[in-house]
Amino acid sequence: MFDILLARHHQGHRTMEYPDGPPPALPERFRGKPTIDASKCPDGCAKCADACPTQAITITDKPRIDLGRCLFCTDCMNACPEGAIRYTREYRLAVHRRQDLVIDPDHEIKLAAELDGKLKRLFGRSLKLRQVSAGGCNACELDVNVLNTIGWDLSRFGIQFVASPRHADGLLIAGAVSENMKLALQKTYDAVPSPKIVIAVGACAIGGGPYIDHPEIHNGAGGIVPIDLFIPGCPPHPLTILDGLLRLVGKIEGTRASETTKTP
Amino acid sequence: MNSPLAIIGNGRAIDRALVPELPLDEFQQTILNGVEHGQRVVQLFGSLDLEVVQLYLVLADDRQSTLRLARTRLSGDSFPSLTPRCTQVHLFEREIAEQFGIRAEGHPWFKPVRFHRSFRPGHDAWNRPDNQPIVAGVMDFYRVDGEQVHEVAVGPVHAGVIEPGHFRFQCDGEDVLHLEISLGYQHRGVERAMIGGPNARSIHYAETLAGDMTIGHAMAYCQVFEALAHCQKTPRAQTLRGIALELERLANHVGDLGALAGDVGFLPTASFCGRIRGDFLNMTASLCGNRFGRGMIRPGGVGFDLDATIVPDLLKRLDTAERDCKSVIDLLWNAQSVMARFEDIGRVSQEVAMELGLVGPAARACGLQRDVRNDHPSGIFRFVQIPVSTWESGDVFARTYLRWLEMQHSIHFINEQLRALPAGDVRSDVNPVAPSQIAISLIEGWRGELCHLALTDAAGKFERYKIVDPSFHNWAGLALAMRNQQISDFPLCNKSFNLSYCGHDL
Repeated sequence: MFDILLARHHQGHRTMEYPDGPPPALPERFRGKPTIDASKCPDGCAKCADACPTQAITITDKPRIDLGRCLFCTDCMNACPEGAIRYTREYRLAVHRRQDLVIDPDHEIKLAAELDGKLKRLFGRSLKLRQVSAGGCNACELDVNVLNTIGWDLSRFGIQFVASPRHADGLLIAGAVSENMKLALQKTYDAVPSPKIVIAVGACAIGGGPYIDHPEIHNGAGGIVPIDLFIPGCPPHPLTILDGLLRLVGKIEGTRASETTKTP
Repeated sequence: MNSPLAIIGNGRAIDRALVPELPLDEFQQTILNGVEHGQRVVQLFGSLDLEVVQLYLVLADDRQSTLRLARTRLSGDSFPSLTPRCTQVHLFEREIAEQFGIRAEGHPWFKPVRFHRSFRPGHDAWNRPDNQPIVAGVMDFYRVDGEQVHEVAVGPVHAGVIEPGHFRFQCDGEDVLHLEISLGYQHRGVERAMIGGPNARSIHYAETLAGDMTIGHAMAYCQVFEALAHCQKTPRAQTLRGIALELERLANHVGDLGALAGDVGFLPTASFCGRIRGDFLNMTASLCGNRFGRGMIRPGGVGFDLDATIVPDLLKRLDTAERDCKSVIDLLWNAQSVMARFEDIGRVSQEVAMELGLVGPAARACGLQRDVRNDHPSGIFRFVQIPVSTWESGDVFARTYLRWLEMQHSIHFINEQLRALPAGDVRSDVNPVAPSQIAISLIEGWRGELCHLALTDAAGKFERYKIVDPSFHNWAGLALAMRNQQISDFPLCNKSFNLSYCGHDL
């Protein structure tokens, strides 16, 4: 007993102040939202697009990055001879609509706004989620779980993961939706009482991730259930996931009118 | 009768033609002889060679640090199963059946592994019609009958934030007579998609085979690639890989210790270990920007060098994490309420562990001296030996305590390596992949041995890429650990193995 108290004293209080205080420090080499400086792009160069493992970059009149496909790897950056691509430290990436994840130099990311009206009243103070893992690598699940550790303490926001879809207000889906999980996902969705929301976490659940266009998967959850919040990344940092969840329930600043990110 | 086998070391490639082709009976006898002499089956898989299925075998001789290779050509759509005489091949034979439509006649447990169509259209080991869907989890489960016997079915969607799998318990009251595990829900076709590589996606497939073993699988892939491309890594790159691998082990082991504490309701260790896990993940993120090590391991070396300025910071954080670990992990061994739940639960005997071919902490917790870093060292581990930790009891306690023993060695290793980092580049140029080769690579990931193997065609492309995650060997260990245990101990037993679904399902 005495040892336990000593350990408790040694470990101290660890829950972060965010969102009332500053967000936790991100690593020096953290890769947030990518940007392409189109002014550096020579005509006809498509080396970044060719190097991208998931065809997240398209170059027509200007370079566009689909954050829903992006693995946040360094392949495009390393392939670019002009140094036009860099990753910013912007961790806020969650959006409402799939098309808002496609960004170009003239259009910044349109971050998700809080739920409106009735849904906000229902879920704003208590949001229970059932997680479904459906054909991914388990990294998204692990960094979702991190939000339940004492540092992040997700339940202080009234957000909890529950054991049954019948107890849930919505689903949080990770994974590209394998053929073998399609039925289980559909049944889990059907078992959640309406009104309900769906959150897609990670490149797999948004568009198939590294497995895009494999016959064994369904290129994400969007073709099977309607999605209300997209949180890109491979996997997204826990802070990115938390930011997305808090946006949805209106628990951080700037979620009333939808925000756009500014490149720092 | 000892057939001549091709013998190579870990992380090496040879000409495919040098792998001796044996008649089927001799091929199977080779497996029996090898296993009888303490060798292990690390790979046994099919490969399509113009319409004909060839089986390849890799036996590991841990004492000699060698890998022994043979192949055989199958005629027809079946072969006599070796499983009744050699348990180690049980899942390999089922996998061959599922992938190539080859029946293992007489296999006592002949069922699908991942529930997908065969790689050879028109050949199905279970004669399932092409026009009917294959549904995961639909198979003949083992059933026990009796007045008091009932069946409990769990999954694929579980109660926590975890991966999908289906578990069927045959119970007599609270006691589990038998547990059958049916997986495949995470199957996303990676082995099939690797064919035709290496290409822009290959390394990303490796990094996402099992998210919590990103470093391990990426190292196994790169080692195959480098063997095929005759690429030498610099000492600095090898050291950085070793540091990343041990950081991955630390993060997962401490996370498991916390989760095990949580499963027996011991909150101090549960809550603090969850946080300390994050400290280790963040050290990995300091190396490469990603908590799981994405982007760190790349063919020819590593994707990120370590600035001199990060080293003192990392050393300090490692030291803090070590002290934090000690303060909360020792609480476990001194709490009677914890020990009563850990000791003598989910016991696997050393004989069963040998028979199943368990690997990693699950094997070492049964007293088996099995560790790729020691038995088949590659990279930094050829120069720096990490002592192999073992424990004898084979129960939940052994699998828990072993993790703490391993963590202490890993911390010591990283400490030493950070203080003596060799100078130089971190990435060497890679040549094109050589044609018509076979290359093998073993890595001791935190869950155990992971094996990648590539066969290249005449153009230097992957004709077959075979992956064995440690979970492939170890899921059967969990099933047997549950025999005659209370069903309420399942979460605890399951966590003590903490196996990967996605690594198994590929």
